[in-house]
Amino acid sequence: MDRSLSENIIELKGIKKRFDDNFEAVRDFNLQVKKGEFVTFLGPSGCGKTTTLRMIAGFDIQTEGQILLNGEDISRLPPNERPINTVFQRYALFPHLNIFENIAFGLKLKKLPKEEIRRKVRHALEIVDLEGFERRSIATLSGGQQQRVAIARAIVNEPEILLLDEPLGALDLKMRKEMQLELMAMHRELGITFIYVTHDQEEALTMSDKVVVMADGMIQQVGTPEEIYNEPKNVFVADFIGESNIYNGRMTGERRVRFCGADFDCLDDMPPGARVDVVVRPEDILMTAPEAGTVTGVVNSVIFKGMHYEIIVASGDNEIVIQSTKSVKEGDTIGMCVEPDGIHVIMAETNLNIFEGVLTRNYTVVFAEGEYECDLTKLYEGSAINSEGVLADAAGNEIYTDGVKVSVRIPVGAVSMSDDIQTGGICGHIISLIYKGDHYHYIVRTKSEEDIHLHDEYLWNENDYVSLRIPKDRIELSFAADGEETEG
Amino acid sequence: MKLRFSRKQLGIPYAVFLVCFVAAPLLVVLYYAFTNGEGRFTVQNFANFFTSPNTIGTLCYSLAVAVAATFCCVVIAYPTAYILARSNLRRKTVLLVLFIAPMWINFTLRVAALKEVLTVLEGNLAYHPFLNTVLGMTYDFLPFMILPLYTTLEKLDDSYLEAAADLGADGVVTFLKVTLPLSMPGLISGVTMVFLPSMTNYVILDMLYNSTYIMGSLIGSYFNAYDWHSGSMISIVLLAIIFVITWATNGFGEEETSRGAIL
Repeated sequence: MDRSLSENIIELKGIKKRFDDNFEAVRDFNLQVKKGEFVTFLGPSGCGKTTTLRMIAGFDIQTEGQILLNGEDISRLPPNERPINTVFQRYALFPHLNIFENIAFGLKLKKLPKEEIRRKVRHALEIVDLEGFERRSIATLSGGQQQRVAIARAIVNEPEILLLDEPLGALDLKMRKEMQLELMAMHRELGITFIYVTHDQEEALTMSDKVVVMADGMIQQVGTPEEIYNEPKNVFVADFIGESNIYNGRMTGERRVRFCGADFDCLDDMPPGARVDVVVRPEDILMTAPEAGTVTGVVNSVIFKGMHYEIIVASGDNEIVIQSTKSVKEGDTIGMCVEPDGIHVIMAETNLNIFEGVLTRNYTVVFAEGEYECDLTKLYEGSAINSEGVLADAAGNEIYTDGVKVSVRIPVGAVSMSDDIQTGGICGHIISLIYKGDHYHYIVRTKSEEDIHLHDEYLWNENDYVSLRIPKDRIELSFAADGEETEG
Repeated sequence: MKLRFSRKQLGIPYAVFLVCFVAAPLLVVLYYAFTNGEGRFTVQNFANFFTSPNTIGTLCYSLAVAVAATFCCVVIAYPTAYILARSNLRRKTVLLVLFIAPMWINFTLRVAALKEVLTVLEGNLAYHPFLNTVLGMTYDFLPFMILPLYTTLEKLDDSYLEAAADLGADGVVTFLKVTLPLSMPGLISGVTMVFLPSMTNYVILDMLYNSTYIMGSLIGSYFNAYDWHSGSMISIVLLAIIFVITWATNGFGEEETSRGAIL
């Protein structure tokens, strides 16, 4: 095979996974991994990272898409025919076999000569620092030692790719740090491609050549740890990786952005007037004398964190988190400024919710499984509600609205949340919340997987089940493309 | 005033129970086994047992019945339990109940029904005494084999099977090298619960108009003839067999695999 082609050891093309209960765990996953790379899938629990790993291993078969190993489609191969080995989250060491037998399991199946098996097992045990443990039983090992045996059992088969499914999740912090370094050393020594799954961002940034940030079954960003941290592609990545201040902003000129009530220079070029999200890392904010700062604020709290102080400043309605080695006093007024390279501007995700809806005969609109009162007189030009409560056109004829398809537009600022779920409006779970200085940006997902974005001043919890309130006059309606005909 | 009991005091009822219903009867059996009609100590009963071709023949026959019945139970129960436990059948519990339900039906009724079926099939039951005995035992003790196997197989973590597949094992190898060894505790429980009753439950034989003898029938006939001493000696021999089997199977179940999979 052509060398340039085989450089990608594994390639995932348009992978989708829908489970029997219709849960869509992975939607459209595309990734190329080069030989010898250390790739990490990073994301909150339920983001589809483990499912993706299981599809590479062959334990789950994707609903759609292809997995190419060295250019060949392995999508239909069972796990035992893939040259890939896995280190399982809970180790899955066989309790009825001792350490030697566990590690030799794969080699014995390959019918290697006994002497070679013994040599390879000994070498694998050396790599994981457990020389002389051959005859010990699994039950006598600590968690960290079991982890090492699980790694030895996988690498002894010299797989082309080693998959690691949150392998350090069950270890304590100190052991985890130690194992991180050892895994990195092992990766360098063995030259095997590692695909690593974790929800721990620090682990991902420390160990990987390439980080794949996932949320909601989709790749949010692929890049080196530096790229992911310094150039997050969207608000989710910025919020998930490291600490961030996130604000709503607007471009006011060429490389000028306005947020927190002041104009800042930045390095990102966006069209003037564009609505944007602005990300500022706490360590990039410089504290100055009040008169020298671009913005000023009052120190609300100062917390000593060992390496630095975490300082929370109120500036108008906005809250600003600063990390600094210098301390200030609570109640002080300080100035703050940010260098242009400390400001990261992202095109705003959504300021408008757009849905397809249907009108009812009661002059309400149904969309995303919720029913809302709406003002139809704006939709039908010249119409009015007459004295009998019937919608009529300018000539006084009744307008029949039942079943008319419309497009519904709702600004994010118009929606509010309530825990009273009997209102008949849209109900759903909060799937994401991001703090933006003076409010939270929420995404609520309904049962039929419609997402509604909204702002709320108050903190709700992820997974809360809420109903949404939308004032009648903030629902903007227009006829849907195929709804035009029914009008006439 | 509140009643308070220490741990020791709470143990008293159990100790009383143990003495009355376990230790005392055992001692009585031992006493009878090693005495003669005049109440003197003797090993004659013991010697009789091992010199009489009648008792030795019955012992061998009983062992053969027990081995055959246990084997049949394993052959039927393992695949059944495996399918029930490992498949994604939605009505799994219903199926399991269907297999367990015979246990809820009166024993006599069950054997009587089996007798009728066998009579229709074979004509005269006396022609196939061994076959009928084994069939009766298998039919009767099957749930005791299925249940412990089902419990162990159900608890078997999928990740072990995935790990085996990951390391290159196909379905057959995974079964032989992982599933089977890990289900050993359930298998041992099942075997213990089927093997021993199969040696002694002579009611099944009697009800199937069987002319053959197993150990249980022997005890019964001695007791009917008021020979408590020979009957007790047989019980002691059976006890020794139970002990040896339990001890031997314990050797399979390594220290960490619990044998608590009885039900």
